[in-house]
Amino acid sequence: MLAGAASLTAAAPEPFRWGGDAEGGAPFVEADPRHPSVVRGMDVEIAELVAASLGKSARFVQVAFTSIDASVERGDFLLGLSGVEDLPARRAAHAVTVPYFEFREVLTVRSADRGRFRALSDLRGRRIGTLSGTLAYDILAAGRSAQGFELVSYDDDVHPYGDLAEGRLDGVLLDHIIAQRALRHVAGLTMQPEAAATGRYVGVLAKRDTALRDRIDAVLKGAMRDGTLESIFRRWNVWDDAQPKLFSRVLGEAAPAAPAPAPARPPASAAARVLAYLPALLRAALITLLLSCLAMALAVSAGVVLASGRIYGGRVVRTIFTLYVEVVRGTPVLLQLFVLYYGLSSVVRLPAFIAALLGLGLNYAAYESEIYRGALEAVSRPQLEAARTLGLSEWLILRLVRGPQAFRLALAPMTNDFVALLKDSSLVSVITVVELTKQTSIFAANVGSWVLPGALCAALYLLLSLPLSRLARFLERRWSAPS
Amino acid sequence: MTAGSLLEVRALRLVRGQRRILDGVDLTVHRGDICALMGLSGSGKTTILRAAVALEAFDGGAIAIDGFELGPGPVPPESRLKDLRRRAGMVFQQHALFEHLTALDNTTLAAVYAHGRGVTEARTRGLALLESLGVGARASAYPRELSGGEAQRVAIARALAVDPPLLLMDEPTASLDPARRGSLGEVLRGLARDGRGLLVTTHDAEFARTYADRVVVLAAGQVAEEGPAAEVLTNPQHPATKALLRA
Repeated sequence: MLAGAASLTAAAPEPFRWGGDAEGGAPFVEADPRHPSVVRGMDVEIAELVAASLGKSARFVQVAFTSIDASVERGDFLLGLSGVEDLPARRAAHAVTVPYFEFREVLTVRSADRGRFRALSDLRGRRIGTLSGTLAYDILAAGRSAQGFELVSYDDDVHPYGDLAEGRLDGVLLDHIIAQRALRHVAGLTMQPEAAATGRYVGVLAKRDTALRDRIDAVLKGAMRDGTLESIFRRWNVWDDAQPKLFSRVLGEAAPAAPAPAPARPPASAAARVLAYLPALLRAALITLLLSCLAMALAVSAGVVLASGRIYGGRVVRTIFTLYVEVVRGTPVLLQLFVLYYGLSSVVRLPAFIAALLGLGLNYAAYESEIYRGALEAVSRPQLEAARTLGLSEWLILRLVRGPQAFRLALAPMTNDFVALLKDSSLVSVITVVELTKQTSIFAANVGSWVLPGALCAALYLLLSLPLSRLARFLERRWSAPS
Repeated sequence: MTAGSLLEVRALRLVRGQRRILDGVDLTVHRGDICALMGLSGSGKTTILRAAVALEAFDGGAIAIDGFELGPGPVPPESRLKDLRRRAGMVFQQHALFEHLTALDNTTLAAVYAHGRGVTEARTRGLALLESLGVGARASAYPRELSGGEAQRVAIARALAVDPPLLLMDEPTASLDPARRGSLGEVLRGLARDGRGLLVTTHDAEFARTYADRVVVLAAGQVAEEGPAAEVLTNPQHPATKALLRA
């Protein structure tokens, strides 16, 4: 029996692991509506084609779109396929297949603006959204200072269109496939016919896997020749005139070298790259600092109100405040940010920074209130009674006796929370605020490595949090041991 | 109200759950008098003090403090107790000084914020009080830096900051060594000479005999025995007093 099981295991071919992001949806990779645990899409079919040609079965690995490169390099899977673009930085850092699909970068605007926002140059002073780590992002980043528009980066390609329809953005620049799909779901949008650029989808592999890459290139070229790719693309309604031209360009080339026309930028030295990114990182660090300070101020004020309400308030106030604290502490801050920014957008359209400030501040308020409540209750009862016998009102007792002492007790845990908040502020990138971590991941995607950007980012966070800890220690010393 | 009486407790009844903590207590403190309130632990001494400064509601009887009347039922809101606060000061057993304020600030806080005195006036009076109680040199010390005896004097100064005629003290001798008890006794004498009335709970019969004018002994929530200190404590009649003297 055991031997049988062992031989079965040995006989089963090792699966071909490939990675993609099912959040990207059709036509790339999407969860099958009938079997949500199964994925389907044009990239899924290409992966299955590759696996079959290698004599293996395909196994899908879910990975966030922006992490595909890093994930393939660390060996989570062999091939990344999910509308992965052919970018110079990607070519420099990873092994990349021949391109298998050509897309156009198109500008989508609200139908009402169709006449006045025809191209990026018409959007001076306006906000244009896109998915970070893409060709569209690079185009916008390169053009924003010359053309004077504001770049808003997203972690997904669905929310930019929703925000466009709601007026948070004035344009979205993305692949025409993504734009076409969005137009089917979001009303009132128009795709401008003029393409801002063209790009190509490729498969990405770890830099060391060039041999496998060459085998996959052969599979892809075969599929271009025998019409397999065409039938896949037709099935997913993305076949157009550009594809046969791309195929003949790819097949006409002798070597599987980069067919991308993108002129390879001169490889910048590490120092030059850091210098180039430093201003953006410092600006992002400033946003992180500003957001954290304002959110903490909100958390402290709201926390004081919650704590006082729970101690001094009537039954109704106590119940409501307790409920608030439990709900906020019991649900992820990420979810709260999503609800505030996207969920409530039909009722109140908060700007991203305000939503981030409210989300973090109101979330931390729940934690602060528990610290204050504990600290207020730690002030000895006889002191409060003594204050009453001296004729001080409840309010004066809170202000002059209980509050000041509780504040000292709360200072250390508060500082702790402030440092935690500083780091949690990185979560707000999900609602398009580009703070330090987000800027770093954009930087990392661009240079194709996390080493230098990661180290810089860590150094900046430390630079922000260490003074805080020092300040807290100073305040504690000053207030707890009066001279 | 009897002429010259600062505190008059009449038929005071206080029930908590099934327990009758006070069951018809009558008690009077006159101007210039030190009255020692004695009794074994749990006899209700502290409860009488707390009821007299409206920290504790009571169920029957009445309390009058220099003309300010407290009746049974819930403790009135602080806004209606302003006059009481000017008439009665309380010194708690563990002093209960405000830990974050200096000795001087402890004495001036209520005068300035609750009774509308000017800061300079309050500080002058606070310093004078601390001086008169022998802790003037400790004016800028924080409670944690004070010895037990010093903290107690600061607490007395705090209670006297708005010059109440009646001073209630809960077990002031409990944490003092014999020498300091003597000097506390002298301080209390001085306060009584100034025309104040003092109601002092204590376990210390020797202290009561030496410094109190009158003694009230409580047992099972009632007054067991009362009279001039020397008389009651030298020639006790009630078993409770005898037990107290043996303790």
